[in-house]
Amino acid sequence: MKQVLETPAGLPPSKRASWLLADAGMAEVMKKGLIYTALSIGAIMMLIPFYWMVVTSLKTPAEAVAMPPVWMPDVLQFGNYGTALEAAPFGQYFLNSVLVTAVSTIGELFTTILAAFAFAKMKFYGRSLLFTVLIATMMVPGELLIIPNFVTLSNFGLINTYAALIIPYLASVFSVFILHQNFVSVPDELYYAAKVDGCSDFRFLWSVMVPLSKSAIVAITILKVIGSWNSFMWPLIVTNDRMLRTLPVGLQAFTTEAGTKYELLMAASTLVVLPMIILYLFLQKYIIMGISRSGLKG
Amino acid sequence: MIQNPTLKSTMKAWLYILPMMLIIFTFNLYPIVKSFAMSFYTDYNFYEDVVHAYGLGNFGMILQDSDFYLAIKNTFIFVLGVVPISIALSLGIALLLNQIKFLSGFFRTVYFLPFVTSTVAISLVWNWLYHRNYGLMNYFLGWFGIEPVHWITDPDYSMLALVIMAVWKGLGFNIILFLVGLNNIDETYYKAAKVDGASGFKQFRNITLPLLGPTVFLVSVLGVINSFKVFDEVYALFQAKPGPAKSTLTVVYYLYEKFYTEYQYGIAAAAGVVLFVIILAVTLIQFAYNRKFVHY
Repeated sequence: MKQVLETPAGLPPSKRASWLLADAGMAEVMKKGLIYTALSIGAIMMLIPFYWMVVTSLKTPAEAVAMPPVWMPDVLQFGNYGTALEAAPFGQYFLNSVLVTAVSTIGELFTTILAAFAFAKMKFYGRSLLFTVLIATMMVPGELLIIPNFVTLSNFGLINTYAALIIPYLASVFSVFILHQNFVSVPDELYYAAKVDGCSDFRFLWSVMVPLSKSAIVAITILKVIGSWNSFMWPLIVTNDRMLRTLPVGLQAFTTEAGTKYELLMAASTLVVLPMIILYLFLQKYIIMGISRSGLKG
Repeated sequence: MIQNPTLKSTMKAWLYILPMMLIIFTFNLYPIVKSFAMSFYTDYNFYEDVVHAYGLGNFGMILQDSDFYLAIKNTFIFVLGVVPISIALSLGIALLLNQIKFLSGFFRTVYFLPFVTSTVAISLVWNWLYHRNYGLMNYFLGWFGIEPVHWITDPDYSMLALVIMAVWKGLGFNIILFLVGLNNIDETYYKAAKVDGASGFKQFRNITLPLLGPTVFLVSVLGVINSFKVFDEVYALFQAKPGPAKSTLTVVYYLYEKFYTEYQYGIAAAAGVVLFVIILAVTLIQFAYNRKFVHY
């Protein structure tokens, strides 16, 4: 299809059409047309909720509930964002989300890189047994762990603290598994050669293994950031203090506070969703890679 | 230069895995054992973490609780609604995407977009789309002369509302996996089929579908496991309620209520154990089916 669109640019329209027909055949053109139509209809259905969220956030209260619906408001009400930010401490929620996401991501990367290296390259007693046990834990639904983890943290006196939001997420078997796959593919010869040259394991890990596995590390980082940012059930359970709420918890609480002011609710939702969409648009290559890898684990 | 482990190399390696193990042991391994144990705590003082009595009472309680049966029923309806629809749609879209080059990246981006967004935020948006008077959903239905549906407040429609939203949100993830699967199919099969004059449908029936078997299996296993754990969507779409007349009360929602609002830790843990057993059983059935019918 790309060729069809590019090649005949210089020809007059009539010739272009006949070129198309001659090359691809009428049936082929019709088929492509149907494919593009179907995919476009699907894409519109995927995008409508996002469009409706953003456009509602820019309406006056009257426009928001107008019937038939207003597809584009006369004047864009950017003031709704300011009103929403004042109606609830979204600035604080935002900072909390950034803090929790940043610390747990950096911590997880540290624990993951060290562990994945040990499992991939180092020889030690208990390696395969431990690795198998860890992989098996991925089968257990995380929701089951919430009750004992809550008890553990309250025994430590950590309920209602940032620590409760961060510490349980400082390591992930899933990330170790993905990075382990990558580290294993780095030739052992490289490792032994570095050892012969007197390079320590630690230096080899950070100056050779990590740079060689950059894309896998970026992939687990982004998946972690998205998961942490959007996480809801755990922060809901371990925080009571309003000032400790992360964005999703704060947004959910805002629905009872804002009541039926849909333009404000949609403005707040847009603020929660936007950072991850921007991240996704810039780094989607790595996200797709991470998903494909994780899918292949089965 | 393959070496056997020594005491020294073992100690060094354990040092490397120690930070990860501390966290995983405390928050993943220990709680697995603990939650099974907790499901047998019949008299438990949470504040002092002291157990006064053990027994099967918690399982007896949930098995007599009509809410628990309702939660199981609703969860099964949700899984049976979401997984097949999502697989059919995402496979169809992946097949279409695989036949085009121009704009295929753009379409993939669009279909995947919901996956990266906060479930809570997007559920609020859907709550708004489902509004009985001002929602777009009823407006569109109005074009076809359909009376406004009370998506959020009518128990007959709330599950449908939840399923539609969940399918929309999860589509992109499955499409990616199907595209990977389609990519792994050797081109020469299709070339040979063309030489033999096989039609597009015959190629799909006899090449694509059988060779995509492992991917369909993977997508359905992951879909089933994830759908059984549905909670965030319910909580946010129905504004911190399990739907009108508990019509979208799911097992995890039941667990959450017992644990967080009623402080019934043992009962909540027992519900979690039952959920785990159900997921395990369904996954094993899928594996058995896979071994019997899918050939590599």
